[in-house]
Amino acid sequence: MASTSPVASAGAVATAELASRLPAARRRDLSGVIAHAILVASVFVLAFPLYYAFVISTQTLDEVTSLPPKLVPSTNLAQNYADAWARVKMGRLLLNSAIVALAVAVGKIAISLLSAFAIVYFNFRGKQFVFWTIFITLMMPVPVRIVSTYQVISVLGWIDTYWGLTVPLMASATGTFLFRQFFQTIPDSLAEAAQLDGAGPLRFLWSFLLPLSKANIAALFVILFVYGWNDYLWPLIVTNRPEMRTAVIGIDSLIPRTSQLPEWNVAMAAAMMVLLPPVVVIVVMQRWFVKGLIETEK
Amino acid sequence: MKRTVFRNRWLPWALVAPQLAVTIVFFFWPAFDSVRLSLYRASPFGDRMIFVGTGNFERLLADPAYFRSIGTSFLFSALVTVVGLAVALLLASLANAKIRGLAIYRTLLLWPYGIAPAIAGVIWLFIFHPSFGVLPYVLSFVTAYQFNWFLKGWVALILIVVAAIWKQFGYNLAFYLAGLQAIPGSVLEAASVDGAGPIRRFFAITFPLLSPVTFFLFTLNMTFSFFETFGLVHAVTQGGPGDATSILVFRAWKDGFEGLQLGYSAAQSVILMLLVIALTAVQFRFAEKKVTY
Repeated sequence: MASTSPVASAGAVATAELASRLPAARRRDLSGVIAHAILVASVFVLAFPLYYAFVISTQTLDEVTSLPPKLVPSTNLAQNYADAWARVKMGRLLLNSAIVALAVAVGKIAISLLSAFAIVYFNFRGKQFVFWTIFITLMMPVPVRIVSTYQVISVLGWIDTYWGLTVPLMASATGTFLFRQFFQTIPDSLAEAAQLDGAGPLRFLWSFLLPLSKANIAALFVILFVYGWNDYLWPLIVTNRPEMRTAVIGIDSLIPRTSQLPEWNVAMAAAMMVLLPPVVVIVVMQRWFVKGLIETEK
Repeated sequence: MKRTVFRNRWLPWALVAPQLAVTIVFFFWPAFDSVRLSLYRASPFGDRMIFVGTGNFERLLADPAYFRSIGTSFLFSALVTVVGLAVALLLASLANAKIRGLAIYRTLLLWPYGIAPAIAGVIWLFIFHPSFGVLPYVLSFVTAYQFNWFLKGWVALILIVVAAIWKQFGYNLAFYLAGLQAIPGSVLEAASVDGAGPIRRFFAITFPLLSPVTFFLFTLNMTFSFFETFGLVHAVTQGGPGDATSILVFRAWKDGFEGLQLGYSAAQSVILMLLVIALTAVQFRFAEKKVTY
């Protein structure tokens, strides 16, 4: 991240010099305390809704509906999670979400790597045409063409299939763009050396480019996994059968509407199960997540 | 452009084939089909399509509900983006000191990004719940006003704005913190010696130097609030009460898939596409002129 840039360390040196004067040092102590206070407060405010959702997911129906609201965990956790799991076939929903998120991530990374490789390392007739055909999609998110994309899927017979759930989400150039940028920073001498060693293009891609691209692949993976897991509009449109729904839309039926029994404890138990996997991926792969956010938005 | 290239006539085409196929089938075909479809209307029995020319567009532009949706979309996106970024920038500026544990704070700030907008919405729905939620309960000690989002459109809008900001806020803050840490302290100290107060220093130095970060976050938040919040609206408010939270993407979906007015929905898609193209053009102009890198 930017905090490790040379500019930042130069700034640190400059402020360290100033800090040797006493009044300035005292002011810095104070600003440090304020900084910690603000950050701790932000962390707690951000965490509160999640904590609250968790607390509700441990309570009984009576506790959920009582006033004042109870903000401490209770004893009904196992029951609520079991109820949520059984009512919407949560196992199947989570499996579908995992398949979709992984397929979107892996599939898009694979096709992007191949096309970026072709665009950077080959000269061929029609290259300009290919380039613009692919990159014009950068401007168009899926939601702006829902009805027509749905019709394409029904012509292909892909309603209620994993193909229909995943392949259309790969039709964007963010990955290709990212790998193209990265390949262009790799010195020509690498490809020359590979050619002198007698490596063909595919050998060069597999043994040289792929290992160098690890960080970019990981970055793209985090962004795409979270995107695939959390996407709502597309699975809502291309699935009708409950067993083909993804978890994010599958739990919709658990949200108590006005005339229903207010079983928010069960709804929150379901929400906790569905939100956990992408949050864990982000926390575990945090370094690549930040990189991915920056690179894919460029 | 690379000087070293591989020579092969068919291999590059084989390599771009998957991407090209996906792009043509799921991008160009639907995009052109949207334009074609927008010129048709389903017959009363839904068995065939009738050519109506610009009829769908004329109907849209004569529909006050559609203009309300445009207003709602821009208001929603502006609130999420401007409020979210302003608060993040304010807190980041106040917290800009050389402190330990920034990596830990970053972890504790970034995780909400992983929560689906729909799930974030469900959690906030309960916090705002008129009967059991903690927020109306606390507010009931302050005012007798009923913050019932089932009935009051503006409360429903605030609800989805808050849920959206919650999801985005941590990384807005984390990126601003990183951006601020990269500004040389000597620059600010020099301005301070010259007699510039903290507010003057902020607007004369810090804010301009942060413009790349602001631009990046602005684009990210606008795209998010315009196109990725469908689930939030669908799961939480269903566009209501009335049509108080019917953002454009939600309306296009509703008219197309619930109202089964395919041509009418396709016309909305075409207008959305034009909007995206216009916004992208503005974005590039803005990037060239205003942002100092």
